[in-house]
Amino acid sequence: MERARPIGEVLLSVEGVSLAFGGVRALNGVSFDVRAHEVRAIIGPNGAGKSSMLNVLNGVYHPQQGRIRFRGQEFRDMDSHRAAVLGIARTFQNIALFKGMTVLDNVMTGRNLKMRCSFLEQAIWIGRAKREELTHRRAVEQIIDFLEIQHIRKTPVGRLPYGLQKRVELARALAAEPVLLLLDEPMAGMNLEEKQDMCRFVLDVNDHFGTTLVLIEHDMGVVMDISDRVVVLDYGRKIADGTPDQVRNDQKVIDAYLGVAHA
Amino acid sequence: MTFFIEVVAGGLLAGVMYALVALGFVLIYKASGVFNFAQGSMVFFAALTFVSLLERGWNLWLALAVTLAAMVVLGMLTERIVLRPLINQPPITLFMATIGLTFVLEGLSQLLWGSQPHGLELGIPDVPIEWLSEKANINISQFDLFAALVAGVLVAVLALFFQKTRIGRALRAVADDHQAALAVGIPLQHIWAIVWAVAGFVALVAGVMWGVRNGVQYALTFTALKALPVLILGGFESIAGAIVGGLIIGAGEKLAEVYLGPYVGGGIESWFAYVIALLFLLVRPEGLFGEKIIDRV
Amino acid sequence: MLYREAGQFKSTYAADQQIFPILQDRIAIVALLVVAFVVVPLIGNQYWLSAILTPFLVLSLAALGLNILTGYAGQLSLGTAAFMAVGAFMAYNAVLRIPHMPILGAFAIGGLCAAAVGIVFGLPSLRIKGLYLAVATLAAQFFVLWAINRIGWFSNYSSSGVITAQRMEILGYPIELARDKYLLTLAIVALMALAAKNLMRSETGRAFMAIRDMDVAASVIGIPMMKTKLLAFGISSFYCGVAGALYAYCYLGTVEPEAFTLDLSFRVLFMIIIGGVGSILGSFLGAAFITLFPIFLNVLSRSIEAALGIEMSHAVVSNSEAIIFGGLIIFFLIVEPNGLARLWQIAKEKLRLWPFPH
Repeated sequence: MERARPIGEVLLSVEGVSLAFGGVRALNGVSFDVRAHEVRAIIGPNGAGKSSMLNVLNGVYHPQQGRIRFRGQEFRDMDSHRAAVLGIARTFQNIALFKGMTVLDNVMTGRNLKMRCSFLEQAIWIGRAKREELTHRRAVEQIIDFLEIQHIRKTPVGRLPYGLQKRVELARALAAEPVLLLLDEPMAGMNLEEKQDMCRFVLDVNDHFGTTLVLIEHDMGVVMDISDRVVVLDYGRKIADGTPDQVRNDQKVIDAYLGVAHA
Repeated sequence: MTFFIEVVAGGLLAGVMYALVALGFVLIYKASGVFNFAQGSMVFFAALTFVSLLERGWNLWLALAVTLAAMVVLGMLTERIVLRPLINQPPITLFMATIGLTFVLEGLSQLLWGSQPHGLELGIPDVPIEWLSEKANINISQFDLFAALVAGVLVAVLALFFQKTRIGRALRAVADDHQAALAVGIPLQHIWAIVWAVAGFVALVAGVMWGVRNGVQYALTFTALKALPVLILGGFESIAGAIVGGLIIGAGEKLAEVYLGPYVGGGIESWFAYVIALLFLLVRPEGLFGEKIIDRV
Repeated sequence: MLYREAGQFKSTYAADQQIFPILQDRIAIVALLVVAFVVVPLIGNQYWLSAILTPFLVLSLAALGLNILTGYAGQLSLGTAAFMAVGAFMAYNAVLRIPHMPILGAFAIGGLCAAAVGIVFGLPSLRIKGLYLAVATLAAQFFVLWAINRIGWFSNYSSSGVITAQRMEILGYPIELARDKYLLTLAIVALMALAAKNLMRSETGRAFMAIRDMDVAASVIGIPMMKTKLLAFGISSFYCGVAGALYAYCYLGTVEPEAFTLDLSFRVLFMIIIGGVGSILGSFLGAAFITLFPIFLNVLSRSIEAALGIEMSHAVVSNSEAIIFGGLIIFFLIVEPNGLARLWQIAKEKLRLWPFPH
C-alpha cells in the first residue's frame, strides 16, 4: 500500500505485556511494534484481548508485567493523562462522547491540552482568552470540514445516529493532533456506505496528517485493504504478526479466527 | 470501666436504631436501585400515624395494622406516581424525586396529625435491666434490648427473603437493571409495590422503636440523614452491612461525644458520623460489604 | 414573526461565539438590564426591594454557584449553605479585624475563604462519586455549622453566635437604603453571572461538562481530573461565599448560624432542579420560582380564606406549601428534567414560528 509518507522508524513497541483481572488473564506476554506513519491492525476473536491492549496503550488499564516504549521513552505502565500529553489519542468501541454537549463542544474538548489560558482569563473573556478560543475554533472547524460533519455541529451528541457519533469521536481524537491514533472498531455497527466513508476518512487521516494508526477491526476486507501490518491475538496471546497476506495464509490464524471458505 | 461498657452498650443500642432505619434504605436500594431519601419521613409518617391512632383510643394491634396498611398504600402510590414515570432515568433524578417525596410526606404527616411531639409507650419500660445493674453495676435499658431483638429478627427474616425466595431473586434482578428485568418478564410494578410496602413496614418498626426512645416529633425525619453514614460504612446493598454499620456508627458517636466532646466544647454528635463516613469513603469507597465498582470502557 | 433570525447570518466565528447571537435576544437583555438597574429602583417600594428582589438576587447567585458544581461539573453537593455561612462570617471578620477593609474586598475575602473550604471538602470527589459525594458534602455542612457555632472567634465571641453586619460604604457613599443594597447586589450578581457564562462557554466549562458526562473519557483526552474537580469546587464555593456575604450584608443584617442550615442547602438545590441544571438562566429562573412561590401561596391562601370564609392556620399553610413544593419537584423531574430553562427554550422555538403553526 502506497503511503503519502514513507513508513518510518519504530514509534511504539510493547514488550511482554501481561494483564489480568482477578483470575482472568486478558493479555499474556504480548509483544509487537508499530512504525511511524503505518496503519497497524489488531485482529482476533472476541475476548482475545484487543480492547484491553488498546486500553493498556493509552493508560486506562495498567499491566502487571511488561514495558511500553513510545518515541524513545520507556514506561512501566502508561497513565491516561500522560498518554494524552504524549500525543496518543483514542476512539472507543462503545463511544465515549460527552452526551450532554454539542458536536462542536465535544470536538473542542479534544483541544484542551493546547489551551493555555487560566480560568480567570476565561472568565473575563477579553484579549488572550478570546483569541485563544477563536484560534482553536478555527482549527476544529477544519477537522469538522474534513470529516464532513458541519451540518450537525450544534446538535447535542446524544441525538445523533450511531454512525455520526463515531465520526464525531474521530474528530475529537483528531483535534488533539495526535502522533498515534488508536481506533477501537471504528466501523462496528455500520452499513456498507458508512464503512466506505469511514475507511476513506481513516486513510485520509493517515495520508493528510501522517498520523500513525492502530486499529481493531473485525471486517477482514477492511483490514486486508488498508493495513500495512497485522497483529493477531487469541486468548490474550499473539499468534501471528506480519503483512496482511502473510497473516491471511497463516494456519494458526485460520484455525483460530478466519476459518476456511467452503466451496 | 463499667462506665465505658455502659457507653459502648448505649452506643451499640443506639446504633441498632440507626440500623433499623438504614435497613429500609437498603431494601429499596437493593430492589430498585433507588436511594430513597424519603425513608426518614416514612419513619416519621408511620410513627406519627400510629401514635395518633393510639391517642384516639384505638387498640394497639388495630392501630398497628391500620398504620401498616397505610404504609403499604403509601408504597404503592409512590411506585405509581413517582417511580413508574421515572423508569430508566439516571439514579440522580430518582434520588431528587425522593427528596421531593420527603417534603410531601412531611407536610402530609403534619397536616393530618398536627405537629406537637408525642410520647409513645409500648409497655416495655425504659429502665435498666435489674439483674445487670445489680450484679455488674451496668445500666442497660430493657427497652433497648427489646429493640435490638426486634431488629435482629427483622434482619434475619429479610436476609432469608432476599437470598432464598423467588421474589427475592427477582428483586435483585430489578435492582441491577430495570429494562433487562422487564425484558425477561419480571413484573416490575408489582415488585416495586411489594418492596416499597416492605420498606414501609420496616419504617413502621423503626418509627415505633424511635418513637418510644425519643418521642415522636419532627426531628425524627433527621434520622434519615444519620442513616447515610451507616449505609456508607455498610454498603448500600447489604442487609448485614446496615446492622454492622449502624453498630459502628452508634458506638463511635457515643464514644466520641463522651471522651472527645469535652475537649472541643461538645456537640460532636452532629457531624462525627459523617466525618467517619467520609474518611471511610476515602479508603474504601464501596463500604465494608459493598461491591467494588469497575468502570468498563 | 418578531423572533425570526432570518437574515442574521454569522460570518465570523467571533460572531458565533457571542453570548446572545440573536439580535432580538440582545435587545431583550439590554431592556432587562435597563429595567433592573434604572426602572426598578425608581418605582420599587421598600418591601419589594428588600424582601423579595434582593433575596432573589442573592439566592440566584448561590444557585449559580451550585449549578456550576452540580449542574455543569456533575458533582452533587448538599453543602451550599455551609459555604454561604463561611462567606458571611469571614466577610464579617474581615471588616472587623482588618482596618480600612473596603466592603467589596471583604466580600471577596469571604468568597475566597469559602473557596478554600470548598476545595478541602471537595478533595473526596477525587475518589468518590455521585451519592457518596453528597454525603461528603453533608459532612461539610454539619461540620462547618458546628465550627462556626462553637469557635467563638467567628462570631467575635458573642454568646449566641449571632453577628451583626457592619455598615457598608463604597468610596464614601453609604449603602444603607434598601434601594442601594438592591443596586449593589444587582451589580455584583450581574457581573458574576457574566463571568460564569464566559467561564462555562470556554474550555473550563467544557472540561466540567466532560467530567460530568464521562470522566474516564475526559481523563483519556487529557483533561486533568483532580485540577478540574477542585477548580469546580473552588469556583462554586466562591460564588456561594459571596452570596452568603451578600445574604448577611444586604438582606439579613443580623446573622445567626441557624440561617445556614441544611434546609437552605436543599432550597438552593431545588432552585437548580426546577430552574434547570447546567444552565445559567436556569439558576435565575429557579431562584425566582422558589422566592416567589411562598408569596404566591400566601396570596392564594388569603383569597381562599376570604372566598370560603374560613381561616387557615399558619401550620396548615406551611404544610400545604411543603406538599405542593415536593409535588412540584417530582412533577418537574417527570415532565421536564431540564427544568424551566428548557421550557423557556422550547417557548422561544415556538416563538420563532409564531403566529404560524409550523
